[in-house]
Amino acid sequence: MRTLYLLFKYAAILLWSGFVVGPFLWALSTSFKTANGVMGGPTYIPWLQYQPSLEGWRVLVRTDGTGIDIVGPYLSSIVVTFSASAISLILGTLAAYGLSRFTYRWGFVKTSDITFFFISQRIMPPIVLAIPFFLMLRFLGLLDTIAGLILVYIALLLPIAVWVMVDFFNNVPKQIDEMAMIDGCTPIQTFLRVILPNSLPGLVVAGLFCIIFGWNDFFFAFTMTFTKTQLLPVAVVALNSSVTPWWSLSASALVSVVPLVIVAFLVERFLSRGNLAGAVR
Amino acid sequence: MTLTAQNLSLTIDGTPHLAGVDIALARGGLYTVLGRTLAGKTTLLRVIAGLQPVDEGLLTLDGRDYRALPVWKRSVAMVYQQFINYPHLDVLANVAFPLRRLGVGAAEAQRRARETLARVGLQAFENRRPSQLSGGQQQRVALARALVKNADLLLLDEPLVNLDYKLREQLREEFRSLLAEQAHSIVVYTTTDPTEAMLLGRTISVMHEGRILQVGSPAAVFDRPADIRVAGIINDPPMNLLDGIIADGAIRLAGDIRLALPRHMAEIAPGSYRFGLRAIDAGLRADAVAMRVELAEISGSETLLHVAGGCGRLVLQIEGVHGYAIGDRVGVALPSERMFVFGQDGRLLRAPHSDDRRS
Repeated sequence: MRTLYLLFKYAAILLWSGFVVGPFLWALSTSFKTANGVMGGPTYIPWLQYQPSLEGWRVLVRTDGTGIDIVGPYLSSIVVTFSASAISLILGTLAAYGLSRFTYRWGFVKTSDITFFFISQRIMPPIVLAIPFFLMLRFLGLLDTIAGLILVYIALLLPIAVWVMVDFFNNVPKQIDEMAMIDGCTPIQTFLRVILPNSLPGLVVAGLFCIIFGWNDFFFAFTMTFTKTQLLPVAVVALNSSVTPWWSLSASALVSVVPLVIVAFLVERFLSRGNLAGAVR
Repeated sequence: MTLTAQNLSLTIDGTPHLAGVDIALARGGLYTVLGRTLAGKTTLLRVIAGLQPVDEGLLTLDGRDYRALPVWKRSVAMVYQQFINYPHLDVLANVAFPLRRLGVGAAEAQRRARETLARVGLQAFENRRPSQLSGGQQQRVALARALVKNADLLLLDEPLVNLDYKLREQLREEFRSLLAEQAHSIVVYTTTDPTEAMLLGRTISVMHEGRILQVGSPAAVFDRPADIRVAGIINDPPMNLLDGIIADGAIRLAGDIRLALPRHMAEIAPGSYRFGLRAIDAGLRADAVAMRVELAEISGSETLLHVAGGCGRLVLQIEGVHGYAIGDRVGVALPSERMFVFGQDGRLLRAPHSDDRRS
């Protein structure tokens, strides 16, 4: 019975791995092809079925105008995504703690309405926000700059951080806050010394969401920049010309997924260690 | 050091939680607050701790206004009904936490935390996380954390209610000796269990619907409950109540039952009264009042027999395990010399002499 279970388990894992890894392997094989290799029917194995070439990869670092230089956009993307995520996580966590623990009332607006206001920012289609964002950045003189993009991305990522953290804090028993205050913590010490250390799993999830959404966004990276500043998703799409260069697209796709893979491996161990159990029975 | 509360009142969403509570608590006092669920016990503790503002009323410590002092500046410790500890800290760090907040150095805080852990018998567990302990051990950690800083006010909110029966009895004994050592503190302990309240407290306050009904020593409250509500709360099972009249030198209950008028009721004017009889004082005797069994609950080595007859419903507490079928007919002895007399307004008029029982 147990053997059967294990067999089934590993079969399921294998199947799912196929689904996940398959497209990457395909892209990897395609990135070493030339135009002939792509158009000549389905082929997968280098040297046997097609002649591998490094052309697709060379395009990414070529600066002579026949290719693109991916290094600049790559660094810009890293700076914009990670700083916007960090700021969103800090502000979002503070806001979420307030929304979870205190009651606000401003006319008919109550705490839950403010929470919904944050979340509603993500319900709107991005195109609705593009025009106001554009006008605001122009007013600030921040169009086509890294700083401007960071501001826009904070507006996009903050709701995600608030959303995840409010839900997380609502599941942290209020008695822990009270206990901390009885034990001599001021409200800010309660947050920093007791609540925050116990919120690591929530922070990791919120941070991960921010990084993924920020890194993958194309729309605002496209609409808020022209020439000076370029983010990775836009640079990748810019590879397209009259002929779709599948080989260099594949190579750039593989390169652009690397930071997310690194982040995932770094935080994985925190995700599985939910240690709130035992706070309250 | 004296903590005084006057006319504490609090209404939340139309429900009164405290309705004019007056208390006076002195250093070295061990106070239990006895009341049913939702009587306002927890609210009272939260108000004393400073976690809950009140609508009106005064709270003073040694004559100084205590209400304006924020929680974290009060010298107060609390043990919750739920077993609350800091999940991210090990047991030693949990207990040392309040000391560190008071500015005690790391080494000294650890030393005192170890000492306190030894008092609650957990010295071997100092490196565990709270989640790796049993319920009883978690509550011992919570108690150690409350004891370690020698606060002026030590508040315990039904700390044993979530433990199983055996553990509850064991921890009750441990708590009793540990709390008795807190001579420099005001200890307030809430509970729904009369036995616990009388065993632990040197003073019992009986609370009901946001009011304190009676304050006194365990013996005083148990022997002379101020009214019918207190009599119900301080006895487990609640005191039986029978309507009847005193006339012609006898007690007459419904169902044509006539009982001899005992000595302690001799001076009462004839009229209608309510008579209280503890479950343990009502007995079985074949030739006594015939009643019908409605339910027989076996609890430990005792049987709680619910019976009904012409005079109303009663619960009898009988030694030993007895099997009765519903509908069985039994003879119930109603010893009038053990009865309490309450007026129609519910106030106690006469109590049986407490010595009678022991003889």
